Parts: sequence; C-alpha cells; structure tokens
Amino acid sequence: MHRLAHALSAPADSTAVSARAIVHGVEAVCDPLGSLYLPETRTLVVSDLHLEKGSAFARRGMMLPPYDTLATLRVLEAAITRHDPRLIISLGDNFHDRVGSAAMPDTFRHMIAAMAMGREWVWINGNHDPDGTCGLPGISLDEFRHAGLTFRHEPSRGEASGEVAGHLHPAATVVRREKSVRRACFATDGTRLLMPAFGVTTGGLDLRHRAMSGLFDRAKLVAHMLGRDRIYSVRFTNLIA
Amino acid sequence: MRIADQAGFSFAGFDLRLFSVNRIDSPLKQGDALTLPAPFLRWFGEKGWQPRAHQLELLARAEAGESTLLIAPTGAGKTLAGFLPSLVDLTRRGKIPPGSVFTGIHTLYLSPLKALAVDIERNLTKPVDEMGLPVRVENRTGDTPQGKRQRQKLNPPDILLTTPEQLALLLANGEAERFFRDLRYVVFDELHSLVTSKRGHLLSLGLARLRRLAPELQTIGLSATVADPMDLQRWLSPQSPERNDHAGLVTVKGGAKPEITILRTDEHVPWAGHSARYAIADVYAAIKKHGTTLLFVNTRSQAELVFQELWTINDDNLPIALHHGSLDVAQRRKVEAAMSENRLRAVVATSTLDLGIDWGDVDLVVHVGAPKGASRLAQRIGRANHRMDEPSKAILVPANRFEVMECQAALDANYIGAQDTPPVGKGALDVLAQHVLGMACAAPFDPLSLYEEITSASPYASLTWETFERVVDFVATGGYALKTYERYARIRKTKEGLFRVSNPLVAQQYRLNVGTIVESPMLNVRMVKRNQRGSLGRGGMSLGKVEEYFLEMLSQGDTFLFSGKVLRFEGIRENECLVSQAFSFDPKVPSYAGGKFPLSTYLAEQVRKMLADPARRAALPEQVRDWLSLQKDVSMLPREDELLIETFPRGSRHYMVIYAFEGRLAHQTLGMLLTRRLDRAGLKPLGFVATDYSLAVWALDDLGAMFQLRRKALADLFDEDMLGDDLEAWLNESFLLKRTFRNCAVIAGLIDQRHPGKEKTGRQVTVSADLIYDVLRAHEPDHLLLEATRNDAATGLLDIGRLGDMLKRIKGHITHRRLDRISPLAVPVMLEIGKEAVQGEAQDFLLSEAADDLINEALGGEPL
Repeated sequence: MHRLAHALSAPADSTAVSARAIVHGVEAVCDPLGSLYLPETRTLVVSDLHLEKGSAFARRGMMLPPYDTLATLRVLEAAITRHDPRLIISLGDNFHDRVGSAAMPDTFRHMIAAMAMGREWVWINGNHDPDGTCGLPGISLDEFRHAGLTFRHEPSRGEASGEVAGHLHPAATVVRREKSVRRACFATDGTRLLMPAFGVTTGGLDLRHRAMSGLFDRAKLVAHMLGRDRIYSVRFTNLIA
Repeated sequence: MRIADQAGFSFAGFDLRLFSVNRIDSPLKQGDALTLPAPFLRWFGEKGWQPRAHQLELLARAEAGESTLLIAPTGAGKTLAGFLPSLVDLTRRGKIPPGSVFTGIHTLYLSPLKALAVDIERNLTKPVDEMGLPVRVENRTGDTPQGKRQRQKLNPPDILLTTPEQLALLLANGEAERFFRDLRYVVFDELHSLVTSKRGHLLSLGLARLRRLAPELQTIGLSATVADPMDLQRWLSPQSPERNDHAGLVTVKGGAKPEITILRTDEHVPWAGHSARYAIADVYAAIKKHGTTLLFVNTRSQAELVFQELWTINDDNLPIALHHGSLDVAQRRKVEAAMSENRLRAVVATSTLDLGIDWGDVDLVVHVGAPKGASRLAQRIGRANHRMDEPSKAILVPANRFEVMECQAALDANYIGAQDTPPVGKGALDVLAQHVLGMACAAPFDPLSLYEEITSASPYASLTWETFERVVDFVATGGYALKTYERYARIRKTKEGLFRVSNPLVAQQYRLNVGTIVESPMLNVRMVKRNQRGSLGRGGMSLGKVEEYFLEMLSQGDTFLFSGKVLRFEGIRENECLVSQAFSFDPKVPSYAGGKFPLSTYLAEQVRKMLADPARRAALPEQVRDWLSLQKDVSMLPREDELLIETFPRGSRHYMVIYAFEGRLAHQTLGMLLTRRLDRAGLKPLGFVATDYSLAVWALDDLGAMFQLRRKALADLFDEDMLGDDLEAWLNESFLLKRTFRNCAVIAGLIDQRHPGKEKTGRQVTVSADLIYDVLRAHEPDHLLLEATRNDAATGLLDIGRLGDMLKRIKGHITHRRLDRISPLAVPVMLEIGKEAVQGEAQDFLLSEAADDLINEALGGEPL
C-alpha cells in the first residue's frame, strides 16, 4: 500500500515526485497518489475509485475487508489537500456497483462532504455505477467537456483528441536485466490520456493488452508509472530494454 | 509393551519369521477365528507365494480392533497389507443381496495423488478378480464423470479409492451421514507425505468427521520411513484432553541395501550452478547400459535442460521422455503409459513422479542435482526395482562442488537409515475455516460439539475455544473488528443455537474452492504456426502451463526451453501464451524458476560435519578435496558448531560471506535481517544473495575492517534479538508475506480461486490478494488471516524456526576471517550474484533505471 503510506506522509509540495504531461495542449501533472491535476483550471481528476468494493463482494458471499472505502478516501483527501482544487472530476466507476452509493455508511458520506466544501464536484457515470451517485455533493454526468478536454469513463474508439478517460486501469511493465516490475500508470501519447485506477483494491491491465490496442500512437506513448513515492516516466517503446 | 517375538510364530497355517516386525503396544488377542478365508489361501497357494509377516500382523491387529501404522519400504507389499483386513472382512460378509437396505462404503482409501488412486484400483482389482471375492472397488477423483459420481452415491462400492479433496467434498454433502455410516476401515497411503502439509490438516479434520459418522471405524496408515512414527500414530487416533491415544506400529526393515554411487567423472565439476551439463555424456552412457532409467531432477528448468542435453547427444535415438508438472496432462499420461509398458529407456522427471506409483521395470535411478533431503532420496531410489529382495541401483550426479558434499552426506544417510521428514505441525487456521464452512454445508452444526470433534484431530488438539470462535466468526462475516457485514453472513445461528448456511450459493462456492492447493497464475502454452502473410494461426497443440511472471519478461521473438523444445515467444492471447517452433538450439532466455526444495536440516548438519572432519573429507572426489584444502590454506574450514564469516574486497565493493548451511530460505531471511541491521549501523549494505550453503552480503564500506576494530559488533549483529523487532518490521513490508497471504485467503475462502459460472484468471486473484493484504494490514493487523499468514511464513517461506536454532547454536562460536581476496569456498555464492529475482525496494530501483533512460533521452532534446 504505497499510495496510502505516501498519502499519510506526503509532502505538501509534490513537484519533485510528480511528472508533467501535455494532453492536447493542456498542461497536466501526474501525481504518485494517482490523481491528475490541471493547474490552469485548478481541476483535480481521479478515476475508478471503486468505493464500497469490499461490501459489494460481501453481498455476494466473499467477505473482503470492509476497509477499502476508508483507505481510498484517505488517499483522495491527501490529493485534495495537496492541490486544493476548485473542481474535482471523478471519472466513473466511482462505486463498485449500483447499490454502493446508496449503501455507503454515513461516516464516509461525511468525509466526502467535508472534502467537497468550497469546491465543485463532477461524478462521471461508469459501467459499474451507470445510475449516478446518491446523496453526495456535486452532479452526475455521462460526459463532461471542460478546459479544452473531454472527460468520460470509457475511452472512445479511434481518434479522440483531448480525451481523458479511465475504465481500463492501465498498468505498465518495465523489464531490465531479465527482471520485471509492473505498476499502475497514467498513459498518454499527448492526444489522449488514460487514468490509473485510484481505488486501493483495484487491479491493473497491461498496456500491451489487446483492449488497449488502437488507443494510442505507440511511438509517442509514455507511461507515467506510480512508484513507491514518486512517478517514473517511461516511454512505451522503452519499457522492455 | 511387548517386544517382537524374535523366533517367529505360526499363523494361519504358515510358519513365519518375524525378523523385523516390532510389536510396540497392545498384545494380540490370539487363538480365535483368525484364519484367512479359503479363497485367500487358495490364491496364495496357486501363486506359490506366502503372505508376509507384516501383512498378517496388520490383519491380526485390525481383527483385534486396533488402528495401526505400517512402516515399510517400497516393494514390501504395503498395499496388499493395507487392504487385507477389508478384503477378509468383506469376504466374510459376502455379497449384499439386491433389494437390501442401503449399505454405505466399507473401506475408504486415501492417496495424495489422483494417479495413485487409479493405479491402486488396477493393482487391487487383479487379486480381487483372481480370488473371485465379492468386493466392488472403484475410484473417485476430480476426473470421475458426473454420472458415475451420482451412481456411487446411490449405490456405493465396497471400497472407494479417493483423494483428500474428494473426501472433503463428500463430507460437505447432506448425504454424508448415510454414505459413511457403515465405514469400517480408512486406509491412508503415503501417510508421511500427506500429513506434513495443509492437505494433511484438512484430511485430519475429515477423519475426525468420519469418526463421528462411524464411531467404530479403524484406521490403517501406510508410510515410508519417518523420523518420528509417534506423530503419525497419534494422527491416526482420536485425541482428547484426557487421553493421548495412538495407533499401533508395525515396522518392516528394508530388504536389500540399495547400491548408490556418486558419479565419478573425469570432467571438471563446476563451482556453482545447477545444470549438471558436464555429466551428460556419463549419464547417457549409464542409460545405454541399463534397461529403463529414471532421472530425477529438482526443478522443472533442470528437467528441460537435462532432457535437451540428452537428446543433443542421443545418437542411438533411445526413447527418452520428459515428465514434469507443467506439461499438458495428455502428454504426461502418454509418458506414464509408455513407461508402464516398458517402451521407454529413460524418463527425466521432477517430483511429479515421486510417490509410490508403479513405473514398470526401472533398473536404474539417476539423481541429477543434490537430493536436498535424505528421505526424499530414499523415496526416489525406491522407484528402482520394485522387488524388495533385490538391491536398487542409483547414481547421484552433483551439479556443483557443494552438491558433491551434499550427495555424499545423503548417501551416508541412506546407509545408516537416517530420516529427515518434517514434523506434522500445528493445524493451519485457513484450513480450519474451510472445513468449518464445509461442515455447515453438510448440516447445521452445534459449535460445542464441532469444537470437540475438531480437537480430536491431532494437528488441532491444542486449538483453544477462543480461536475456534474467531474462525467461526471469520467464516460467517469475515471476522472483522468493524462489524458491517452481519447482514451478509454466510452462516447464521438458528434459534436452536446451530449454525447453518444462509443460502445455497454458499455451498456452491464452497464446492468450487475446496482443497488446499492454490495454483499460481499460469498461462497455457499453445503452439501456433505463422501463415504465409505472417499472421498467427489458431488452435495448435497445447504444451502445458508456464508461470505468468516468466512470460512478463519476454518480448516477441525471444526463445526459451519448454516441453523439451526450443520455442519462440509470439505473444499472449487471452489466457494463452502463443509460441512457435524456433529454429535454433540455443534458447535466449535460459530457464525459469520451478519449485526448489531447501536443504534439509539433517543434510545441512551432515555437510557441516563433513567439512570439519578430515576422515570424511578424504572420502570425497579429488577435485572437491583439492578445493577444500585450498580453502584451508587461504582461509579455514569451520568446525561443526562454528560459524565462519569471511570478509574481502572485490571490485569497488566489500563482501561478507556467511557459511551457515541452513538452506536458502533461512539464508534469505537472514540476509534481509542482516542488511537492515548493517544499514542501521551505517555500514551501507547494497545487497545480498543466498544459496543453500551460504549467504553473501555486500556493502560500500569495508565490513571486515569494522568487525576487526570492534569485535563485539559481529556478535551483536548475529544476536538472536534480530528475530524480534527487526523481523517484525521487515515482515510488515515483505513481499513474501503477500504470496503466503494469497494462499491463506484462497484456502480460507476469502477469495475465490474460481467463480461459479465464470473463470477468474490467476492474475486477477493475485492482484486483488496483494491489495487486500495491504488494506487489511493497515486497518486490522491482528486479523485471523494475517495470523494464519504469519504462522505459515514462520515455518515455510521464511524458515524462521531454523534461523532461530542457528542463531542459538552459533552464539559465541563466530569466527571472522579478514581476507584480501575471495576464498575458494566463497566462489559458488559469488557466482549467484545477479541471478536473483528482484523484490521490494529493488523494484523501484529498476523503475528509476528505466526512467533514467527517458531522462537521458529528454536531455538530448527530445520532447515528452
């Protein structure tokens, strides 16, 4: 749980550990906490929180620990404290299933309300939670255009200038000297950006998986990988030495 | 207690010499109707055989109502001995007339291997048919078709041969009571290999339940030699706070002594490595000289390599086959069939061939690499020559110089009959959780009486009521301090105080996840062809399975060895790894890790003794002797109880080599802990590498000078207190615990191995288990599953117990030699540097290295 540990001990100034990227001409900062910050418009973007994943499994008979929501919200809190954004966009799959948003305990609801104080919040609907959120600050949308970018949950097929999306939980594998390390990553070719999953119990899908094919110009694709306490930026063509 | 009647005795009309049967406990009730039924006498007569003393001894004890452990070497007629009481009893009972009231199974036979159950059915059906006994024998394994399973439930066979997992499934069924109520005998084959694992824990709980269903049942354990038979004797009997019951013991000493030699070769024996390439020509010559040879190796990569090397020089085109657990089942069955029909000259095999399956007329066993344990060696050598009175023949092929010593130690051990099997161990909590859910699936249970039943199983005899309650709580709602899942509980308490499953889905999930063998994420390897346009075709032959982590470091076009072929990696499609035939004989990626056994405590001790004893050293081959005497000149050879530590500079670094001889796992743990301590002392350790024999740590600063200046520092460094706080701190960050946690979580039913309806890939399980571990550890470090994980790691992966014993042993016996260059004894471990997998902190180091490439590129003016 590098991100939670990092979040709890995070320095307020994160420039040294973050990576700067340009998406469709817009400046964006990839943070090792897993959030994207757009400084010009003071917008913070997170994706695939998958809140209440533990309880969603428990409903189906698998008693996963009921601590994932709290852990994810703590990391989110740290990201918000760090950047003090005016607008927060959560890019879909905010909850692990349809009932999660209504069933979430009040303590967590209050945490989110406190984070939203003095800010706007846009919840993009995902495939896990297509009905929107329930009893939370902000608005629910299927898609949102803002600051010259388009925010949606699932990346669209083909040409998509300025699209910021989630859904696929991108991860990259670095191979050096016959050894490999896999980490979640921000993936961008300068035209489109895919967000890493922010939820603490979400897995990843390798950039080489066929679900990713056709989304990027691989010659320009860079994986901004989430390290223990900083971002490591590696060109796609350079992942395997 | 009565000692064996040395003179022999007369039994059932036969005069028998009881040269090696020891009667340890109860005297026999003799003199009544203990005669073999007529068909048996006739059959023995026709064959010109005599029942063996231990077979009749076991029968007599069974007839007297006693449970018994039979320890006998391979070829002693163990199987017939185990079944004789059942066959005699069933013959007396006679056939059950059609239309009679339902009769459950009479005898249950449990084996650790599916193949063994099938094999035994064949071996048992033959005498049953020849004697014309009214006995129906059937097996039930994961491969048994649904129709046959149903029929077996409606109309059970007299003798059912099955595996521990199938027993768990049968017991979790609502009809278990009816099915098992007439059970008389439970026969456990290869008991020594079953009981030391989690499978054994699950099986002991199954036995406890069988006893409840059929209180009169008797157990018969069949086992190879073990260090402590009493462990197994207790295992076979119900335990209670008042009484420490145990089964009786019948021991048969081995027949002819095996002829074991260490390969003598003119070739140069390498300093390090595991390939044994140097010996291939000699091994091939041995194969040519014998009828059928079994070649055992320790890892799959070794198997692949040896197999390929043999075929490279196989000018006579001898039929040589390959057999290991990753190969496709169909391929393995083919090899097994060819083997039993004596159509092969040699098989290169890993431990998949270890257990007592009959492999035709093997007249030579070659063991490539060190056997790592004397008992394992004895077991493997037992594969040659299944007749007890003829000596087995075996050749040991050490892959490097330390292994020469280890082989010599194992060889000495085999002659003196030393044994080194691990103890049974305390019952695992994840296994218990699985069992509790299974029992709820069978029928609503009363917690008190289930607790009593469970503590009658020897591994769980010391389980406290509090821990049991926590397990039940875990099964119900996950057992979290934060009680938010009450409404989703899997089992609930009824008004009568019984726990019952909440819905049928729970039982379905249990059935899909039963068992204690957790597969690591593997991908199927499929051979494909490129068509003319260069695109990949579909659906070629499946070659087997390979670990996912191995494939992650391959890129298209890389070649590697698998299934005896050099393959070209083409890519991954869904859950399959696509490969094509490579037209090269030199794989680029040399091998992948397979299961490695650590050096057993016993052999480690023997190797230490050998180093210290000039007489024993004299028995070693010249090359090895020279190596050791060079070591003696340059540095020293440690005494048996002494820990030798050498320090020397090399390149820009300073090395410390610790000769602990405690096996790779314990050394790895020691390495982790030492680097932490050195770091705290400001000595800037950079890394370490562990082998079975020694551990090397390197640093920027001169470690040797530091130790010499403050002698005490070295003793402090190795103080036992490193197993306190340092261990705790390290464990909390250790990747090893995550792997262990995943296994516990799957076994305990927290995570599904498979989902009803849809297959979940191994990858998904791994990822989520790691993340769940992190979340759970951060929020509830005392959770039951984390406790189970730590228990597992302490005994298995980390070998903490062994490390603790060593630290105690070497206290006050540390000798430091400061050298100006590398010593001969240090060479093997130094050659391993750079071959280890990368973990923990080092992972981020790799990432930064990759990122640096980009930074360099960026500095060159290229925009991001």
